[in-house]
Amino acid sequence: MPTKVEKDSITGQETTGHEWDGLKELNTPLPKWWLYVFYATILFSLVWVALYPALPFSGATGVTGWTARGALGPELEAERAAREPMLAKLREATPEQIAADPQLRAFALAGGRIAFANNCAGCHGAGGQGAPGGFPSLADDDWIFGGSFDAIQHSIRHGVRNGESEEARGIAMPRFQVDGLLTAAQVGDVAEHVLSLTGRATDQAAAGRGAPLFAEQCASCHGEKGEGNRDMGAPRLNDQVWLYGGDKASVVRSIGWSRAGVMPSWGGRLDPAVVNMLTVYVHTLGGGE
Amino acid sequence: MAVAGYAGPATGHGPGRDFDMVEGPIRAFAIATIFWGVVGFLMGVLIASQLAWPLLNLDLEWTTFGRLRPVHTSAVIFAFGGNALICTSLYVVQRTCRARLFGGEDMGWFLFWGYQFFIVTAALGYVLGVTQGKEYAEPEWYVDLFLTVVWVAYLIAFGGTILRRQEPHIYVANWFYLAFIITIAMLHLVNNFALPVGGGVGKSYIVWSGVQDAMIQWWYGHNAVGFFLTAGFLGMMYYFIPKQAERPVYSYRLSIVHFWTLIFLYIWAGPHHLHYTALPDWAQTLGMVFSVMLWMPSWGGMINGLMTLSGAWDKLRTNPALRFSVTSVGFYGMSTFEGPVMSIKAVNALSHYTDWTIGHVHSGAMGWVGFVSFGAMYYLFPKLWRKTGLYSDKLVSWHFWLATLGIVFYITAMWVSGIMQGLMWRAYDELGFLQYSFVETVEAMHPYYVIRMLGGLLYLSGALIMVYNLWMTVRSSTLAEAAPAAQPGLVPAAAE
Repeated sequence: MPTKVEKDSITGQETTGHEWDGLKELNTPLPKWWLYVFYATILFSLVWVALYPALPFSGATGVTGWTARGALGPELEAERAAREPMLAKLREATPEQIAADPQLRAFALAGGRIAFANNCAGCHGAGGQGAPGGFPSLADDDWIFGGSFDAIQHSIRHGVRNGESEEARGIAMPRFQVDGLLTAAQVGDVAEHVLSLTGRATDQAAAGRGAPLFAEQCASCHGEKGEGNRDMGAPRLNDQVWLYGGDKASVVRSIGWSRAGVMPSWGGRLDPAVVNMLTVYVHTLGGGE
Repeated sequence: MAVAGYAGPATGHGPGRDFDMVEGPIRAFAIATIFWGVVGFLMGVLIASQLAWPLLNLDLEWTTFGRLRPVHTSAVIFAFGGNALICTSLYVVQRTCRARLFGGEDMGWFLFWGYQFFIVTAALGYVLGVTQGKEYAEPEWYVDLFLTVVWVAYLIAFGGTILRRQEPHIYVANWFYLAFIITIAMLHLVNNFALPVGGGVGKSYIVWSGVQDAMIQWWYGHNAVGFFLTAGFLGMMYYFIPKQAERPVYSYRLSIVHFWTLIFLYIWAGPHHLHYTALPDWAQTLGMVFSVMLWMPSWGGMINGLMTLSGAWDKLRTNPALRFSVTSVGFYGMSTFEGPVMSIKAVNALSHYTDWTIGHVHSGAMGWVGFVSFGAMYYLFPKLWRKTGLYSDKLVSWHFWLATLGIVFYITAMWVSGIMQGLMWRAYDELGFLQYSFVETVEAMHPYYVIRMLGGLLYLSGALIMVYNLWMTVRSSTLAEAAPAAQPGLVPAAAE
């Protein structure tokens, strides 16, 4: 058993005399700086533990009396107090009044921008440009429920077909083919007629057959010429803006199986001041009326 | 000169060795290590690309980031790291105890196939959506139970070998390996107390609830880092650095003190993962101070690793494999300094939930765990297959520089991206509104995500070079001659 202590000529230290598979160990003392820094971290910890809560009893705090909850409260309070005068004004004013007052307007646009980016942009796009698949653009004048201050505010506050707010926008469009109101062939004819409203029909005979069906089934909401009806939330069909695609297959799908976009009601989620800021912000995106 | 003594040949169980070493399963573990390493790095590059270009999620549930991320983390930690640890620990414990593995070849093969089966069933579960949803403890109960059996067998094999050792003392590497095996067993059991529900759906509910569950999860999670990724790999370091440097370990006393302080302090540091959450203040305070006190105990390992090279620094020029081992200790020192800094609550308020954390864990995983394992594999392959040396030292150099460059790309990108992210989240404009929306912060990080992916790609390329090099080493026909291991510089104390 090799337990002989040797001297290392390079470091001048002795070995411990142990050996394993040819491996040996020097008996170098602990580096002083290492030891002192270790002591310093222990000292730091003792002081810290004395200053801050470190005992598992409810209400036990350190010498400073600091608690996370206690520190957060005043900070939030100060933040709230700083914003409150402005927010109070924004809550009381109508969106028109906010837009007319330069100071309120600047504040509302700054707040509306970030509120929009965090809450609305996910569906409506970073610039309110909308997205295919039923997310309408807010940056044009093709409004489904109206682009006045009041209409925008109502849409934000109550949302669309969400079952959360009784004043939510939108009614259900019938599923004409699924529910047997029209046959598949009739749906094709009506779709062709809808395309003809923008001069895109390729089968004039079918479009002609679809015209009386459209007048009978669709015109009450979408208007005789497909001009749309904002009270019903029935989109305009005689323009080139399509929520779910304007090709024939998409239109057939819309008629036969219906479409029903939803949007949450934000009135219960956001401060009324934020709803007003959003209203003014959305109004400025390009299509405000 | 007391060196030669029992030592016999430096490789294997040739003439002169007084015990018959189990080597077959160790060779298998070594191959599994590099195999799973490449899988893990590849998955890392893939999910890094998914973060930069979300299209690569392919819109299939099995290939989304959420399912592939645990495949990456488990492949790297448990498959690559775990195989490297079991491989080296079984090798080291037999040689430093001068005793055949307890349970013999059969035990070794059971451990090998059992552990690979655990990896594959766990990964299949992740891809199919079977998960506990606990980070680094994703496998469901049936995989957990199976792993428990394998792990207990591992403990018996390792502990049994130590018990039948022919050396009076237990070598420091084995203290660390044993601490790793025992603590992981405890962490695994407590964090996975779950009640299975329903017939055959592989679903269970953890018995802990709310903040207790969170605390146990991060007690587990942090000590998976502390004992799996730190203690275990320190064991590896303590054998392969002195072996490759052919020098004695710098300080026995330091190894004792830093071992016990590390073991004692690490286990309390978990709450720093839950700063500013529902976890009570007192637990957060303790998590922070224990993390700060961990700094020097962690650095004890770095000092012992680096200072062991006193008088052998020239070997870094001639032995590129040693370069991996030594650089790994440098990364270890860096990330074990960064860790305590990030655990300080004021720093954590900025760093928490950002990419900084991701960068931190990767400087540890790629720099420390990866490099120390590469160094060990470059040492072990020629030994296990009885070769005079590696096929190509030049390719080791290529691997080294590609991987180092990859890590630098990775961690600098994550520092910039993480700190930027944290600052953007807390930025207010002059009117008191948030300056940036969440999606704007994501957009700002995109270039750094691309750089991070490139870093991973470099790291993966290096690993592929290693695979080729080790493959050619095994295939080469230059058999090793028995050579005694002498340590230059050592002379009998009495001779002075």
